[in-house]
Amino acid sequence: MPDQAQLLPGTLDLLILKAVSLGPLHGYGVLLRIGQISGQALLVEQGALYPALFRLVRQGLLKASWGTSENNRKAKFYELTAAGRKRLREETQDWNRLANAVAAALGARPEEV
Amino acid sequence: MRFLASLRSTAAVLFRGSAVAQEMNEEQVAHIQHRADDLERTGLGRAEAERRARIEFGGRERYREQSHEAMGGHFLQTLLQDVRFSLRVLRKSPGFTLTAMLTLALAIGANAVVFAVLNGLILRPLDVPRNESLYGLEHPDDHMGYESYPNYIDLRDRNQSFESLTGFDVVQAGLDTGGTAQSSWVLMASGNYFDSLGIHPYLGRVFHAGDEHGLNSAPYIVLSYAFWHSRFNGDRSIVGRVVELNKHPYTIIGVAQPGFHGILLFFSPDMFVPLVDTPELNSEFDLTTRGLNWIFEIAGHLKPGVTPAQATADLNAIAAELSKTYPADDGGKLFKLARPSLYGDFLGAPMRGFLTALMLLALLILLAACSNLGSLFAARAADRSREVALRLTLGSSRSRILRQLLTEATLIALAGGAQGLAFAVAILRRLSMWQPFPQFPVHVPVHPDAKVYLVALGLALVSGFLFGIVPVRQVMRTNPYEMVKQGASGARGGRMTVRDTLLGVQIAICAVLVTASLVAVRGLVRSLHANFGFDPHHVLLAEVELGMAGYEGGRVAPMQRRMLDAMASVPGVEQVASINWPPLDLGVNSWNVYRNDAADFKPSSAAAIAFYYNVSPGYFAAAGTTLLAGRDFTWADDGKAPLVAVVNREFARKLFGTDTNAVGQSFQLVEGNAVKHIRVVGLVEDGKYLRISEEAQPAAFVPLAQDPITQTYLVVRSRGEQQAMAAAVRNKLRGLDDALPVYLETWSEAMDSALFPSRVATVALGILGLMGSMLSITGIFGMAAYSVSKRLKELGIRMALGAQRREILRAALSRATKLLVFGSLAGLGLGILASRVLAFLVYQANPRDPLVLAGAVLAMALLGLVATWIPAQRALAIDPLVLLREE
Repeated sequence: MPDQAQLLPGTLDLLILKAVSLGPLHGYGVLLRIGQISGQALLVEQGALYPALFRLVRQGLLKASWGTSENNRKAKFYELTAAGRKRLREETQDWNRLANAVAAALGARPEEV
Repeated sequence: MRFLASLRSTAAVLFRGSAVAQEMNEEQVAHIQHRADDLERTGLGRAEAERRARIEFGGRERYREQSHEAMGGHFLQTLLQDVRFSLRVLRKSPGFTLTAMLTLALAIGANAVVFAVLNGLILRPLDVPRNESLYGLEHPDDHMGYESYPNYIDLRDRNQSFESLTGFDVVQAGLDTGGTAQSSWVLMASGNYFDSLGIHPYLGRVFHAGDEHGLNSAPYIVLSYAFWHSRFNGDRSIVGRVVELNKHPYTIIGVAQPGFHGILLFFSPDMFVPLVDTPELNSEFDLTTRGLNWIFEIAGHLKPGVTPAQATADLNAIAAELSKTYPADDGGKLFKLARPSLYGDFLGAPMRGFLTALMLLALLILLAACSNLGSLFAARAADRSREVALRLTLGSSRSRILRQLLTEATLIALAGGAQGLAFAVAILRRLSMWQPFPQFPVHVPVHPDAKVYLVALGLALVSGFLFGIVPVRQVMRTNPYEMVKQGASGARGGRMTVRDTLLGVQIAICAVLVTASLVAVRGLVRSLHANFGFDPHHVLLAEVELGMAGYEGGRVAPMQRRMLDAMASVPGVEQVASINWPPLDLGVNSWNVYRNDAADFKPSSAAAIAFYYNVSPGYFAAAGTTLLAGRDFTWADDGKAPLVAVVNREFARKLFGTDTNAVGQSFQLVEGNAVKHIRVVGLVEDGKYLRISEEAQPAAFVPLAQDPITQTYLVVRSRGEQQAMAAAVRNKLRGLDDALPVYLETWSEAMDSALFPSRVATVALGILGLMGSMLSITGIFGMAAYSVSKRLKELGIRMALGAQRREILRAALSRATKLLVFGSLAGLGLGILASRVLAFLVYQANPRDPLVLAGAVLAMALLGLVATWIPAQRALAIDPLVLLREE
């Protein structure tokens, strides 16, 4: 997987929220979903996912419950809470603002200055 | 919501730790299984797929740790880790741990004891309803509250400020429940006593204002709960029973609530009886004479909205009216309000002063202990600098290291504090049970309460923090690379370090304590050899309660005479006499006396307030009081003969200006409405009457037969063994009247009450002084030993180069010695200032006493010698060869 980008610090939480917002997922599922929606471009270290999940649960943005996966295995499923949905909205806006600003800055040409 | 989620998560880690860990594990396993399923689909074998999945997942342990942290279990778990690590470290150096804990246990224990006493006697409010508005009356000049019955009635009825004023006195009466009379303590209380204090009966009823109908009109007894239990075994049928007090019938109408023992903190009476019955139980008192001040204290609740200042003004206005109406009895009386529980400021003020001083000294001890432990910790941190450096290089943060050091300090503080508290509670239990004066129902209510525990805990934590932060600077400055490179012994400067300052402070504190305790000890020793104006050795005092056995009026004097004759016939008795109330006991009577030419008998124009005693002929010889001029009384000085008195020198100086020709002169006093002229027939030496620390006081003695009184102490001076004499005396008195209550003790024992304050002061200060000394010995020892051990190499080289023993010693110990000298001087100066506080309690407390100063200097020098002896020996025993080879 040569083309995978390293995550910027702080973006993992945002990606997890986004992934879960599309439907309840277990940990491994979150990983797959992030790969899927980023076109396999973003790499998440597998184990590093869990501290982030616990942090989000503690912040009340996610809630977890045990269930059975599509592979017929016991797994812990995560879904967004109301607070999580709100946070995702805010962070997405922030991210877009930042990304646009950075893109604009990087797109600047000498004659525009 | 969010807060709840966070709380839930933290709580889960804390309380369901293992379940959470298991769940985490399951989740990780599920993840790996799912990954393996995917890998299997790409064609791998199951086993290989699982292996790959595990590898891809990464360090499970690390992620679990991080997850834990993310769940919020971090702080407490680190704390637990720190505690575990600290415990391990402390167990490794048991000597250090034990020393530190014991030091702190002693200091915290001392503080807890002193605070509990302060709390029990001064801070804790009286256990009656609405105690905050309860005030006692006292006269600002002598801090006593005595009033006559007519004055009490006027104060009670005319004031606008109090809900209702209650007055009380204490008498001793013989309680007869069928059999022989037993001496018991009776609180004579005005009818409104229970109602105005808001006290309800436990059993039966209490008496009310409506029960009083004049003199001896309310023969009722309300028992105290404790006495009901001890004397009547808690018999509920006791209500309604008729018993005898001093041979007069009284009905028991009820039992007071458990725990209620009046409003005097120290004093627990056996029963409460209406004040109007007092003359029946003690014939010296009556309800009509305005000049006869016998009611012990008047107290009451202020009306809502009335300030103490307004109430004082109100009372003083009444007093001014009274003194206008009755100039002979009530001249210029003033009032002041005070808390009634310690008899206003009479006991309250000196006790507050002494206990505050003691509390300060105890805190000083704690401070000394903290500085001691602080330098121990600093030395330890220095020795552990390699460990600290290593941990720093391995990536530990400084704050984590400090936190661990503080945890160590806190653990020691808590353990030491708990030990100290346990030891304090044991002492306090003893103190609460203690009856300092066996014949009086006096106790010291100092049982520990929640406040004491909290204060001890707080002090332990604060001191843990104090000595824990001493090494902080050291750790912050540690440069791991330098330290690892060159070893621990590298850095040492010649300037003052924190440790030196701490030790100096500690030595100064110790010198304060040593000075204070020496002042107290010296005072006590002096007081034992002081001239009391009588010689208590080889004298038995027999307190005979004629009143309790029903002797009244004309039967009293013949009985007293018979008793004296009987005593004189006991073999071995040299002298025998009687006195109404021996000097240096708990109390004394006093008169306003006027010069012979005085015509104005207002109390304010009295020439002196003189103590007076009723004595039988022969008293001065029996008591060992030197008669300086004139004569002793004879039995001929009776009611028909002219009134005479023997006075002391101070009395003569006050009344006649000189003590050389007092004999033959006269003075006057007012009794009831009569003015009496009394001629001085003898002059005796000055003595101590109320307190050992008192200045010379005027005192007069009058012959028993001219002022008959039932209260009788027989003064029996004898050769031979006092125990056997006591038995003989008791037998003889039984022979005269076997129903006569007699209390026998040696005069030295009887003086315990007078010596009590200075003894307590001496013991308390002595203990604190000893503790201070111990602390400074360990402090100086620690410092000297440490500096010798740190400089072994240097000293060894010096020795090898030919340094003399003296030079080695100077090099090794000069710093400790310097600190000792400067610290002691500072402490001595402070001690001299502090000892002024002791002047009230301690006989001739004078810190500038050369003996005290010399003693303090000597003590400090000895302490220094003891503390530096072993390190000095060690420095001298250095063998340079061995040392250089070892390094």
